Amino acid sequence: MIEQEWAIILARMQFAFTVSFHFLFPAFSIGLASFLAVLEGLWLKTGKGVYANLYRYWLKIFAVVFAMGVVSGIVMSYQFGTNWSVFSDKAGPVIGPLMAYEVLTAFFLEAGFLGVMLFGINKVGRKLHFVATLAVAVGTFISAFWILSVNSWMQTPVGYEIAANGQFVPGDSWLTIIFNPSFPYRLIHTLLAAYLTTAFAVGGVGAWHLLKDKANPGARKMFSMAMWMAAIVAPLQVVAGDFHGINTLEHQPAKVMAMEGHYQSHPDGAPLILFGVPNSKDRTVDYAIEIPKLSSLILKHDLNAPLDGLDTIPDANEPPVGIVFWSFRIMVGLGMAMVGIGLWSLAARARKKLYDWPWLHRAALAMGPSGFIAVLAGWVTTEVGRQPFTIYGVLRTVDSASPLDAPAVAFSLLAFVVVYFAVFGMGIWYLLRLMKKPPEAHEAPPSDAPIRSAGITPAPQVLSGDGVPGDARSGEIV
Amino acid sequence: MDLTVIWAGIIGFAIIAYVVMDGFDLGIGILFPFFKAGKDRDTAMNSIAPVWDGNETWLVMGVGGLLAAFPLAYAIILPALYAPMIAMLLGLVFRGVAFEFRWRDPDHRELWDRAFTTGSFIATFAQGVALGALLQGITVEGRAYAGGWWEWLSLFSILTGFGLVIGYALLGACWLNWKTEGSLQRQAVTYAGRLGISLLVMIGAISLATLTLEPQYHMRWLSFPGVLATALVPIATIAVTYFFYRCLRQTKDAQPFFWALALFGLCLLGLGISIWPNVIPARVTIWEAAAPYRSQVFMLIGASIMVPIIVAYTAWSYWVFRGKVGHDGYH
Repeated sequence: MIEQEWAIILARMQFAFTVSFHFLFPAFSIGLASFLAVLEGLWLKTGKGVYANLYRYWLKIFAVVFAMGVVSGIVMSYQFGTNWSVFSDKAGPVIGPLMAYEVLTAFFLEAGFLGVMLFGINKVGRKLHFVATLAVAVGTFISAFWILSVNSWMQTPVGYEIAANGQFVPGDSWLTIIFNPSFPYRLIHTLLAAYLTTAFAVGGVGAWHLLKDKANPGARKMFSMAMWMAAIVAPLQVVAGDFHGINTLEHQPAKVMAMEGHYQSHPDGAPLILFGVPNSKDRTVDYAIEIPKLSSLILKHDLNAPLDGLDTIPDANEPPVGIVFWSFRIMVGLGMAMVGIGLWSLAARARKKLYDWPWLHRAALAMGPSGFIAVLAGWVTTEVGRQPFTIYGVLRTVDSASPLDAPAVAFSLLAFVVVYFAVFGMGIWYLLRLMKKPPEAHEAPPSDAPIRSAGITPAPQVLSGDGVPGDARSGEIV
Repeated sequence: MDLTVIWAGIIGFAIIAYVVMDGFDLGIGILFPFFKAGKDRDTAMNSIAPVWDGNETWLVMGVGGLLAAFPLAYAIILPALYAPMIAMLLGLVFRGVAFEFRWRDPDHRELWDRAFTTGSFIATFAQGVALGALLQGITVEGRAYAGGWWEWLSLFSILTGFGLVIGYALLGACWLNWKTEGSLQRQAVTYAGRLGISLLVMIGAISLATLTLEPQYHMRWLSFPGVLATALVPIATIAVTYFFYRCLRQTKDAQPFFWALALFGLCLLGLGISIWPNVIPARVTIWEAAAPYRSQVFMLIGASIMVPIIVAYTAWSYWVFRGKVGHDGYH
């Protein structure tokens, strides 16, 4: 029994590790694919070289991000079975079809058109190439749609029946399952998060190059576009997050109690705890700095609305408070900082100083990785907040795991940790190296790979690695 | 025909599609260190760079389809094949990123080339081992796997592991014969010739060993009058091998690849004959493992619309990159 407990803890660590690493890449590639589609669209419409250059610049980065997203994503599609086989057996009839739809409508679309997007412009022409870029961008969106539907169903399961063999089986309507109560909120919140992640990564890169050369047209353009996104999307995200929180309060109150650090019920208006140290033993938040009644105002839009605390939840159903409390604050704190950068950029833009305020650029540079951290913190909040269940309220995590020996899980966890840090560590280093290079007037094709410059670059140049791959057809993107 | 059979057919189609499409690009990874660093390796890599990602998606389709259509089988097979599955996934990580990383870092290209080969070899070997482990039988109690974490390991599963390595390498060599020119093509033809014989020996050994594993296999293949039909499979295998070598001698470009695929097709047919109608050989039938009717119908709608579309744009993408790939790209 002890060993079984260890096997489950290790399996949870493994899932948390592999899914966290994985999500960094789609969080970036969802936004980046749309960004690339916008750049190519603007280039086709205006014919301005700066868009084509930025497209080439970010396409190289996209290719690396996408490759890492694909290989870490394949791992996820097997993890359900290798480590959570009881969950898979029971929930398979409901979530399996949704994930199959993800493969059929998204993965093939992305993979099928990625080759053309990366290598094919000289073969298919600009218009068709733009179609390929759009297909990849739409594919990332469709993928998010299905997988978030699955995740949301696990958070707010509806529309199912329990069969005689213990399986969750679909009820009358698949639409009820797909559009389960938390899905629309989670989808919008996550997509906006992906856009913000990309906006701040792009903005950080733009800021870095502006600090070195504020006349660089590529750096100016990308910084300006990123700051528009920050100014518009960050406030939208605050609103979307608020709706998502209210939805969570309705369907998963224990999660919100943990996020808020409300061990006790507050019959006449609950305070908003800004900071503090949750103390699950004494069931209180130590050193709390709080604003009276603000939590009730945010969650119920009424200062004096009563809010239940974790004292109303059976101990066996209580999520870990400390992790959820902190991850939530990290997410919200970064979100507020994003809004701040957006406003700051508007002020600079109004004074026509967007490219001239180095402190704005330094702040944007510092905020470059903020989206990734916020996204991970947000996922920790929602996933740990769902505990101790895999399917909220109906299937416990301890009853979901595969019948595996603990050493098997320990070895595989170790292997994932070593391989991921080595491989993706190198990958992230390559990304930073690509980002360090300023966007140039004649940005090279996505890589020195001969195939990508088909018909442009003389082979010996490429092979010796010292060629300047081609702008023989400078009008072309690749 | 009931939906469960249709779904078994769709999963079977995904497996065939996977072997047809990802087999050759894994095979190129296996053969990679035998090609000269520089031009030849770059050409070999470039012949698959635009399509490998789509090819690998069929692997996700296979396992995703299994979860959706036969959740019980998914829940038993994956824990049973835990070590080979994890090894395969990690192998795919290495080879997948190598496509990008080797161009990003010329100083360490040798390292990523090695990662490409190692990853391709491990992923292929693990797939072969998994197949062998499945065929030799896994311990099932109730709705769960009940064996230990080394049950997959046996002489038979190692044999199937090496068998698949040789098989994919053959597909890779045939692909390069089709898509490249000059010395690289000649090298590929030489390898294809040697690998063809090796594969035939492996198919023979694995087939004979399979007959001893479960009474059902023995009955299926050798009992009268079924044997009159099943005997056609080995006969066809020999015929296909003959045509394969004839095309190879006549220095045809594309045809040997398709004859090699036919060889794989016969192996998969043989596999089907052995295990039908089970999804976990000799333990769980497709009907026992099937998802409920509503799940099957819902997915069937999606699959009947999407699979033809996917096949169409996949074909288009192959057509875009048709012809020989030179060392300066496709031309």
